Amino acid sequence: MTTLFGIPIQALLGQLLVGLINGSFYAMLSLGLAVIFGLLRIINFAHGALYMLGAFIGYLLLVHLGIGYWPALVLVPLVVGLFGMVVERLALSRLYRLDPLYGLLFTFGLALVIEGVFRYYYGVSGNPYAVPALLAGGTNLGFMFLPNYRGWVVVASLIVCIGTWLLIEKTRLGSYLRAATENPELVQAFGVNVPLLLTLTYGLGAALAGLAGILAAPVYQVSPLMGSDLIIVVFAVVVVGGMGSILGAIVTGYMLGLAEGLTKVFYPEASNLVVFVIMAIVLLLRPAGLFGRDA
Amino acid sequence: MSEATLHQERAAAAVRLERVLVALGILALIAAPFVVYPIFVMKMLCFALFACAFNLLLGYTGLLSFGHAAFFGGAAYFCAYAVKAWGWPPEAGILLGTAGAAGLGLVMGFLAIRRQGIYFSMITLALAQMFYFFCVQAPFTEGEDGIQGVPRGTLFGVVDLNVTMNMYFFVLAVFLIGVFAIWRIVNSPFGMILRSIRENENRAISLGYSVGRYKLAAFVMSAALAGFAGATKAIVFQFATLTDVTWQMSGEVILMTLLGGIGTMVGPAVGAGLVVGLENTLATSGFPVTIATGLIFMVCVLIFRRGIVGEIYARWISPAAEGSERGKH
Repeated sequence: MTTLFGIPIQALLGQLLVGLINGSFYAMLSLGLAVIFGLLRIINFAHGALYMLGAFIGYLLLVHLGIGYWPALVLVPLVVGLFGMVVERLALSRLYRLDPLYGLLFTFGLALVIEGVFRYYYGVSGNPYAVPALLAGGTNLGFMFLPNYRGWVVVASLIVCIGTWLLIEKTRLGSYLRAATENPELVQAFGVNVPLLLTLTYGLGAALAGLAGILAAPVYQVSPLMGSDLIIVVFAVVVVGGMGSILGAIVTGYMLGLAEGLTKVFYPEASNLVVFVIMAIVLLLRPAGLFGRDA
Repeated sequence: MSEATLHQERAAAAVRLERVLVALGILALIAAPFVVYPIFVMKMLCFALFACAFNLLLGYTGLLSFGHAAFFGGAAYFCAYAVKAWGWPPEAGILLGTAGAAGLGLVMGFLAIRRQGIYFSMITLALAQMFYFFCVQAPFTEGEDGIQGVPRGTLFGVVDLNVTMNMYFFVLAVFLIGVFAIWRIVNSPFGMILRSIRENENRAISLGYSVGRYKLAAFVMSAALAGFAGATKAIVFQFATLTDVTWQMSGEVILMTLLGGIGTMVGPAVGAGLVVGLENTLATSGFPVTIATGLIFMVCVLIFRRGIVGEIYARWISPAAEGSERGKH
């Protein structure tokens, strides 16, 4: 068997794949955080809870209604996005004129409630979600064995990230969004319905989190705790990337996922810590973040 | 009587009222262990000091730390380990815990103050989570079990802390010393500069203050006092576990402060008492604590941003003085 730095190349590639999968979720979640923060100036602490909600809705649709993976892939983001829009209308819209810290605290409370409800009814143990039949099994790439579903997750997350980026950078709606980020009053004066835009943006961010959740369901176990563990790492990703750029959030997500995978090969004890260590180093060298515009 | 003297009269009356209330509060705390279960009051006092220390940063410097559990729980570990493994007396253990928390605060604060506002909160959260993972893996914390069976020992070689009442009055002393220290810091010239940073950081910079240094100093003081509370808690309950370093604990101290009143002197202590009391009640009812905590968070942020004590101040004691809600920067 071929080795690289004394590590079997297959183990290395295997961990890199795990890193890439984790990175896909970091990228999708930090993308959603960046989209929401860009317009609403709110750090959505509930993002992890929305991701968990997505996975759980997919799981419940399957168990109780027999609705499978593919329809769920459409239904779940819609439901979670709608939920997000209701939350924005009822609560977040009242916080815009205040210090952004209140938005963080409100969404923190929301995350606790969502997580608490699912913990209460489903306990803390994980529930398996079967890989859809179409993507079961794996492919031998010659140098490694690739489970089909994992390959699909990487492709799907790339599509989602690039699609969102195109939506924001290249469409008319996206141009309104970017304009409203720069100067909401002026855009409102031009006749654009900014409050509606804010609602839609939070809905889009929530839908992205929900989509990430249903994509994650067959990879990780569906558990009430899956979101809160992830969100803190995603915060570190966001600090490293800086939330000024959508593309920055995506790239940083993948990079840190890969870095985590590599650490698992060479120094497994530190794999939980590596993202935070990178964050600390970036803060020392480039306090504004790798892609950040303002400190 | 002119408008100005009327205002002064009101301010003087408010100060007198405050003094009376503080004196009554201290008397109530002295009487409390004879009426209520002392361990419960000690728990409240430890958390109350923790919340007041946290508020030094949030309420008076305008920095929302989402990682204060690292100082509270970290100090508990340091103290518990020194007392149990090295056989240190309790006062030395608590001092070590406090110093350890201050050191931790120096490192975390140094990194976190490099960014402002919302980023500051995320960085403190991430660094505290890193410390949590460190505690999970480091051998000295004894993993999931935590450090159990920490001896309470004899304070200064004289007072036997195994006697509940001795323990209680020691904790009360710790609480009062801690709160007095915070009161002195807040009302010193240093504290005034902290407030000016809270109100308008750029103006403080243009006035020539090296804002970074002041923020770091406030962060370290807040961390040390949080550690003081955490180390004392380890002696009271005779254990130190992972619970105290989790992000949920960092969230809990925010809730206590928010509920009691951000930027008020006694608000966080009141909030801590209520939250600890609520958790105690819920523990037997079967209703999940996280849901209750989350709901209180949401309600407080939406309609009750001044908190209990802030609201009392705004309505009855001195309108437009302390505890005003934080507006947009």
